Amino acid sequence: MRKSKSKKVFTTVLLVSLAIIMLLTSCGTAAEPETTDPENGNTEAPGETGDTIKIGGLAPLTGNVSIYGIAVNNGVQLAIEEVNENGGVLGKQIEYIVYDEKGETVEATNAYNRLVNDDKVVAVIGDVTSEPSIAVAQRAARDNMPLITASGTSADITKQGENVFRACFIDEVQGDLMGAFVANNLELKKAAILYNVSDNYSQGLTDAFTARCEEEGVEIVASENYSSTDTDFKTQLTKIKTAGAEVLYVPNYYNDNIMIVRQAKQVGLDVPYLGGDGWDGVLSENVIGTEKNDADGAYFTNHYAQDDPNEKLQSFLSAYREAYDMEAVSFAALGYDAANMMIQAIEEAGNTDSDAIIDAMKNLEYEGVTGNITFDDNNNPIKTVSIILIKDGEYTLSTKMQSDE
Amino acid sequence: MVHGICIFKDSSVEKRLFMTYFILQFLNGLQIGSIYALIALGYTMVYGIIKLINFAHGEIMMTAAYFIYFFMTLLDLPFIAATILATILSVILGVLIERIAYRRLRQASRLSALITAIAVSLFLQTLYAILFTPDPRAFPLTASSFPVLHAGEISISAWTLITIAVAVVVMILLQLFVTRHKAGKAMLVVSEDLKGAYLMGIKVNRIVSMTFAIGSALAAIAAALYIVSYPQITPYMGALPGIKAFIAAVLGGIGLIPGAMLGGFLLGLVETMTRAYIPSSVAQLSEGVVFVILILVLLLKPAGLLGKSEREKV
Repeated sequence: MRKSKSKKVFTTVLLVSLAIIMLLTSCGTAAEPETTDPENGNTEAPGETGDTIKIGGLAPLTGNVSIYGIAVNNGVQLAIEEVNENGGVLGKQIEYIVYDEKGETVEATNAYNRLVNDDKVVAVIGDVTSEPSIAVAQRAARDNMPLITASGTSADITKQGENVFRACFIDEVQGDLMGAFVANNLELKKAAILYNVSDNYSQGLTDAFTARCEEEGVEIVASENYSSTDTDFKTQLTKIKTAGAEVLYVPNYYNDNIMIVRQAKQVGLDVPYLGGDGWDGVLSENVIGTEKNDADGAYFTNHYAQDDPNEKLQSFLSAYREAYDMEAVSFAALGYDAANMMIQAIEEAGNTDSDAIIDAMKNLEYEGVTGNITFDDNNNPIKTVSIILIKDGEYTLSTKMQSDE
Repeated sequence: MVHGICIFKDSSVEKRLFMTYFILQFLNGLQIGSIYALIALGYTMVYGIIKLINFAHGEIMMTAAYFIYFFMTLLDLPFIAATILATILSVILGVLIERIAYRRLRQASRLSALITAIAVSLFLQTLYAILFTPDPRAFPLTASSFPVLHAGEISISAWTLITIAVAVVVMILLQLFVTRHKAGKAMLVVSEDLKGAYLMGIKVNRIVSMTFAIGSALAAIAAALYIVSYPQITPYMGALPGIKAFIAAVLGGIGLIPGAMLGGFLLGLVETMTRAYIPSSVAQLSEGVVFVILILVLLLKPAGLLGKSEREKV
């Protein structure tokens, strides 16, 4: 009988500690807003009146693409801090309210609603990846809320409404330029593609790449796909190898890209890789691990290159390094530019009326870190595209192309 | 269109390429099948002995992966040592789960036990997501560290062959254990008839714990083989392989050890070969083919490929 009593005590203790763990985990799981408070901390008034101007932000600060979310958010915060130090906009300090959407579209739309209804912002900077950005843009179009995405590259984002802008080039441009790159720079004749069929971004790049290759006379010997939950690509890569591909277009995000490259080596496929800005971040420690040269030989389209001697870029890079104790990736620069573009639009509008801001954005002439930017008729920027080559475990600038080349 | 795969031309070059392609994809299928088989064995042994589908089994594989990762990155242990240590810890975890979550429910309805298993699975996933964040972590040893072997036109990573070899050796050892060793034979007896085994004086609780221990060890080995090929560790990485392994176990005959082995390899091969030979535009159908085959097999042989449908003699 003594044995079963101590067993009972043991079990009770275990159950109680389990219950405590449950309680602890149920707190703090809701997306918590992080605000940069102005001096007086006035949060009651809506965005237009009161002593602050509220700007909202959406970003994946955790999850599969957190590298991008954190970078964009850091860039935006740096820009807003600098502006606030120089007197703010329209004579008022900017209050920046950002929500973590965890890389999920549903979370993003919920967070956007919170920004509009609860926090009453005058403008939104977000989202970061294409899928959630499209969903948020749909809502913003309904609300006539001025919205700029720093890094969402799908063409569908700005198609949602006249109030939706972006700071980066669109997917069509990336895929298109890579097709030209294969034909004119690499001078190869047979290309293959391995893309994520369940992602808007990958699909968009693939379609544009395929179209340009056909124009330039490059043969697509294999066009293989996978879906987001897949981790094994050896079947597709074996097909691609057997088809005789000379170059492989891998237009996906960094986590999948490094897996694809590694598995390609396992099946004996040894060709140059091409991709889009989703490659950025692939050399991060927690993505590539200790085998740092595995991504060598990859070219990808990106928003700028770290070794570009442009003065505005370099001063941004050192300010970022000082503020966050890490190197900026292109998403940070885009966040910085997007924030500054929205702020400049508000300043030029003279007030926080939505239509005035949107009008100012349309006519904006902005000199930024990622280039000199004006908008075309579809609210997409006309700017330069950098082609990055990964060499010896480093990003290097290979060449630059114009987005309308 | 993929060149060189057309099976209707009969020039000798085409034939050789066809064979090469077939062998390559076959090996790919065997490799992923090995991992499914090792995990499926855990499912099948537990089902055989206490008629429970241990949905938390995929999470044991995931826990082992995290253990190996931390031993290698935080303690600087070499891969094999880290794997051995992780296997021991996974065994402890598996036995603990049985003790805490399943033992009391042995007399309860099967549904209660099933729900508990799902709860354990979700608990572990969420716990790790909170402790280690859901961000994927890069495993420090990848298959790139192993040479690529060439034989004629066939290039294959040494790790693919190592995976298959290790899985086969482990399965042979397991088979020897259950047919020759006293405890192994006791396990088979308890699977046949739990109550009868009590009457024969077999220490049933101990055998059940041993079953969970072996299953967890196999899951840990599967984890080690898996993360070198697919070096991304997340709290949810065990879910999909777990479900596929479960399907494999059912396919081969749930409760039968040879069934899990057959089911695992078969599933891996079907997955790979379907994808290898259907046109890319409908490639997503290959996901569905596996399930279609499962349904067909169960319609024709409800007890699985190797299962015997026993009629109760009244």
